[in-house]
Amino acid sequence: MHELSVTENILEIALTHANASSATKVTDIYLVIGQLSSIVDDSVQFYWNYISEDTICSGARLHFTRIPAKFRCMDCEIEFEMPNELTACPNCGSMLNTIISGEEFYIDSIEIEKEEEKNT
Amino acid sequence: MKAIRVPVVEKIFSANDRMAEINRNLMNSHGIFSINLMASPGAGKTSFILETIKRLNHELRIGVIEGDTAPVTIDADKVIAAGMPAVQINTGGDCHLDAPMMSDGLSQLPLSDLDLVIVENVGNLICPAAWDIGTHINVLIASVPEGDDKPYKYPNIYRGLKVLVINKTDLSPYVKFDMNYFRQGVEMLNPGLVTFPLSCRTGDGFDEWIAWLIDQVRSHQRNS
Repeated sequence: MHELSVTENILEIALTHANASSATKVTDIYLVIGQLSSIVDDSVQFYWNYISEDTICSGARLHFTRIPAKFRCMDCEIEFEMPNELTACPNCGSMLNTIISGEEFYIDSIEIEKEEEKNT
Repeated sequence: MKAIRVPVVEKIFSANDRMAEINRNLMNSHGIFSINLMASPGAGKTSFILETIKRLNHELRIGVIEGDTAPVTIDADKVIAAGMPAVQINTGGDCHLDAPMMSDGLSQLPLSDLDLVIVENVGNLICPAAWDIGTHINVLIASVPEGDDKPYKYPNIYRGLKVLVINKTDLSPYVKFDMNYFRQGVEMLNPGLVTFPLSCRTGDGFDEWIAWLIDQVRSHQRNS
């Protein structure tokens, strides 16, 4: 959908945390994205290669962890994963379901390199 | 050199979300209730705003922020002609409004003189749903000619709604639109969603929406 602005946000957050840790280079970025956040990994990667140029994040690998969409039935209280289509509760047929996971959208961690501190 | 793992755990939209909270607090401090109005292009967003202004008949003081991808002031001009302050925000081709754009729009409105801010988001059923701009509620206008399968095809936007408006009900005799199938999809995504079927053209169903809106604004003002 709007992967360019998403990717710009990822870069900004990664740079802020990298600088706070006095990193000289960011090598890996670990992202957690719920299945309900309609983000296309390939598009983020595409933009990433361009916008991270000339920063300490240049060349950093993006790792995507996908969290499946899970629901809880408000009637019989079972939990189930959502297939591709919208469906009623597979156990009791109720349509009253709440989301319990799948909307995640955050940077979990980054891997950085920094000069080793000299211990005397 | 050594490799170090640095925990971050920060939402990718965190900067936007912080700005959205600032927008909401700013409006709260002026006793303003605000609506993020979303819909596909042509569902009747601007007609809905104009009809709402007309039927409120100055009962509420309204400001309008018009989001458009192109630098045209067609929508804002119509609102100003209807006697209410309006600002146009050009997203420069972007598919949605975000919280900084909303902040820019608010800075151009006479906030001390308003009860209600209506934000007309960019016509799009996907992207606007992902960005909190700092309004109090999300309202979606679905329209009968768009088809009854839209909740199934664009689930995310339906999940975050407080109110659903079904516009152009006067066209029901002429287009295939199975209201039960449509509402079944909505019910799965957002059980018990407040829904107003209406027609901007004939005015059918509008009184219920206006009564609900006045009630929401007044109770927000009592509580803020």
